[in-house]
Amino acid sequence: MIHLRYEVDGSDFVSCGKASEDVKRTLKNIGIPSEIIRKIAIAMYEGEVNMVIHANGGLAEVEILPDRITIVLTDTGKGIPDIPKAMEEGFSTATEAIRELGFGAGMGLPNMKNYSDDLKVESRVGEGTKVTMSFIL
Amino acid sequence: MTVGEVRNILNAGVLCGQDLLDVTEIKSACGADMMSDVLAFVKDQGMLLTGLTNPQVVRTAEMMDINCIVFVRGKTPDPSVVRLADDKRIILLTTEERMYPACGKLYRAGLSEGSSGKATA
Repeated sequence: MIHLRYEVDGSDFVSCGKASEDVKRTLKNIGIPSEIIRKIAIAMYEGEVNMVIHANGGLAEVEILPDRITIVLTDTGKGIPDIPKAMEEGFSTATEAIRELGFGAGMGLPNMKNYSDDLKVESRVGEGTKVTMSFIL
Repeated sequence: MTVGEVRNILNAGVLCGQDLLDVTEIKSACGADMMSDVLAFVKDQGMLLTGLTNPQVVRTAEMMDINCIVFVRGKTPDPSVVRLADDKRIILLTTEERMYPACGKLYRAGLSEGSSGKATA
């Protein structure tokens, strides 16, 4: 088993994505098929962007097992008051400034759901959010 | 077509990846300023045309296995963004063309959207 852990810096939009890049590189090095790597990289990158633009960063943990990969993203941000609404394509609470950076189209969580085999979102308003994504190998 | 042909069609400048122009084959492309849309609706794309120049354009390309980015409207990213792309062996071009004619010229030359569509993974 391989366990990877990353602190995602919420104040640094420029370096956002470094954790996902590292995971992508690691998966390539251990011989995971490229189509699966792409799904995992995109889903984790969306999660990383979400943590930076909505929650001032957080923790990303990746567990690599022979038959599956699990990614857990935990933040102490403002939380999601209505998770079903947040899962709708096109719904976003991002500011105009975020949209000018190319994000905030309301596709983050829907993309994460589409690319993962299982997605679980747990959130408490004012306390934070935990997103768990699983990928079957 | 090769990225070298793309450069000629768009009369584009090369910001990095000069040595890759003639050995990189592009079979499909997309144009977008919203990276969320690129991540959601694009599959098997070889090239991205965009007016956005921040580092996340390069990171998005990296995640999507896109190997060439064309900046439209004469935009040029910060040197740090060029270095980031160069490190990842992603070719960066810049053209004075606006998004619509840039896409139109490439489409007319035979570069389609390929297998794009909503990715269902």
